[in-house]
Amino acid sequence: MQTEFTEDQERFREVVAKFFQAKSQPPVVRALMVSEKGYDPAVWEQLCGEIGLTGIHLPEVYGGSGFGPVELGIVAEEMGRYLYCGPFLASSVMAGYALLAAGFESTKSSLLPDIAAGRTKAALVLDNLDSPARVGRSIVATDDVLTGEAQLVVDAQNADLLIVIAREDLNLMLYAVAVDKPGVTISAIEALDPTRKLAKVKFSNAETIKVGEVSPAALESLWDHICVALAHEMIGGAERLLDSTIDYTKMRYQFGRPIGSFQGLKHRCADLMMALEFAKAATHHAAFCLAAGEGEPYAASMAKAMAADTYIESAKEAIQMRGGIGFTWEEDTHLWYKRAKSSEVFMGTSAMHRERMMQKMESQ
Amino acid sequence: MTPSRIEKDVNAWLDDHWNPDLSLEAWRKILVDGGWSTPHWPSAYFGRDFTLEQAAVVNRVFSERDIVPVAQTGPRRLAAETILSMGSDDQKARYLRPILTGEHAWCQLFSEPGSGSDLAGLSTRAEKIDGRWVINGQKVWNTSAHHADFGILVARTDWDLPKHQGISFFLIDMHQPGVEARPLKQMNGHASFNEVFMTDAEVAAEDLVGGEGNGWAVAKTTLSYERRLGGVSRTFGTVKGDRVGRVYEEYERELAIANEPYTWYPQRQGRVDLVMPRAEETGAIKDPAVRQEIARLICMQRGAALASAAAEAKRKSGSNELVPAGSIGKLAASVVARQAAHVHTMISGADAMRGGAESASNGMIAEVLISVPAISIAGGTDEIQRNIISERVLGMPKEERADTGPFRDIKRND
Repeated sequence: MQTEFTEDQERFREVVAKFFQAKSQPPVVRALMVSEKGYDPAVWEQLCGEIGLTGIHLPEVYGGSGFGPVELGIVAEEMGRYLYCGPFLASSVMAGYALLAAGFESTKSSLLPDIAAGRTKAALVLDNLDSPARVGRSIVATDDVLTGEAQLVVDAQNADLLIVIAREDLNLMLYAVAVDKPGVTISAIEALDPTRKLAKVKFSNAETIKVGEVSPAALESLWDHICVALAHEMIGGAERLLDSTIDYTKMRYQFGRPIGSFQGLKHRCADLMMALEFAKAATHHAAFCLAAGEGEPYAASMAKAMAADTYIESAKEAIQMRGGIGFTWEEDTHLWYKRAKSSEVFMGTSAMHRERMMQKMESQ
Repeated sequence: MTPSRIEKDVNAWLDDHWNPDLSLEAWRKILVDGGWSTPHWPSAYFGRDFTLEQAAVVNRVFSERDIVPVAQTGPRRLAAETILSMGSDDQKARYLRPILTGEHAWCQLFSEPGSGSDLAGLSTRAEKIDGRWVINGQKVWNTSAHHADFGILVARTDWDLPKHQGISFFLIDMHQPGVEARPLKQMNGHASFNEVFMTDAEVAAEDLVGGEGNGWAVAKTTLSYERRLGGVSRTFGTVKGDRVGRVYEEYERELAIANEPYTWYPQRQGRVDLVMPRAEETGAIKDPAVRQEIARLICMQRGAALASAAAEAKRKSGSNELVPAGSIGKLAASVVARQAAHVHTMISGADAMRGGAESASNGMIAEVLISVPAISIAGGTDEIQRNIISERVLGMPKEERADTGPFRDIKRND
């Protein structure tokens, strides 16, 4: 099992970071977050074509680049750092991984290449975002006809294709349905974090195609894979917040000296730095584990819990240490604060993940 | 010299000289004079001018053959390394050999009641009277001082210079009327350290190290060696059970005496190993609140271990990125220990009211609860680690100083 990044992976990170640094500065983020789509199609095109990130983690036989969770993690970490706005997480990560984990061989071959290439923007419809144990209670399939609703679906309004986990009798199955089919209603909703678009998806006798079978193990694995990518996004954001906060404390003068010289701030920054180092190490480790298919079965939940706690703590402190300016709309910190808050609860709170860790440890 | 050549040489030498029926001291004299005890030292002083990598080959052979090494216990190696790098030829000739052979035990006389985190604020006084140094003052946290023959001592020789400049470094004979070592009982009932009182104690002029007023630089050498040794665990291992011979018996006694003051050290680290067994044995494993805290503990512990491994990998690959492994590791150990104590308290519930040997896990749980505060203090407080991380790694500005100018004008504890 890999325990550190290779030189190739470090170089890849530099390329990716440079791209998002160029394309996703705060003024761009601010323009996109108030737009209806919430992303820039031109940048999406470059993401798909020029640098080919949309299929980075998908196998080559399905049109991907054949890398894995580690390289995907690198992409997600840099996206999180620069607060990239776009349907990458919804389409490539969530829908892509759902098909990979639970799709029939034939559907993987037919659907994944377009998702890998970014030609199709998909969204994964989960009727619960709190815990894998609660998925499949609201959307029901009978003879491949879907009924029910999912309250919170990331980037559904930007999707061409919905990948749906629904219950058929006692089992969970995977379905695919185009957004324009009869019986499918997608209504955008206001998100706490405007940089990630949310919609409600309702199915009223919507005809669909069964594309896979979601075994309990597949659902757990899917949840892990999404959470590890999300954890990377969070540590990237947390690191950006810590960096910018430290810079601020060095240049902000009160009482005749930089506020960064007060131990009241320095010690909190040291604690944040330590928590971030731990969360980063745990998150990278979780990706190494997924890539190798070994390691602690609780590594993904550990990463999600640690990354979420660190991100929100960094965000709270980033605002607090800036004082009044930190609470203004004009200052950029709230953009990351909102992403941190929304990611904290997305795919399970830290408390859920800690309980999940314990269960996985006990069943080891 | 290649590793295989070194291995061949040391094995040949051991075949000729190693004899487990010798006394510990007799064996160590042969070992030291043979040049194999500290092969990384200069050949003029019991060494072979080996690199650290070459010396590691020798150590490996010693460990594989269970050869008893030179004396390691207590702070004697700090004294030896300091004398070797900063001492005069005369000091090296007089002091180094008996340290290695175990004939002389040493202690470290640095911290004072009035200067803990701020070591350079020390106020033990050294005055030159009739060609000898006369020492007055008190030291504290002195490991092994009660059976030390000599001490490495920092004391103030000039009160008109800024604080770092008026300090000198001495080698002091502990067996004299002006020196008294008293055990210092800690809040957990153990007495692992001493206080040392010096009242008109004397040091010969030739036992000043590095020249008058250069004590801070010499002390920094000692401290950097101490950091390299790793401060947290001070236990010195044990002899394997199946080894027979006089040298092993005497070595085992030496180790037992050296380890005795530190039986509580694993407890101050929180005994994370006892958490799951205790949670299962008490049924607390079913309590959702306890489960949350156990998971938090695992996150901290695994996170710290993984971060430390990542930092080590970066260091090895020669990255210039600042990796604050030492201070973060030190702070992490105390965060983990405190969380473990918190979890042990939750698991035990009212049973945590018990003290002493009747407490759970043969008294270990009570000892954890009353020993954990030490981990956040010993070897540099958490606050000092946070200063180091914020200033040296995050580059945050230093606090304004109130201790510049002549030492005698600085506000301090009297």
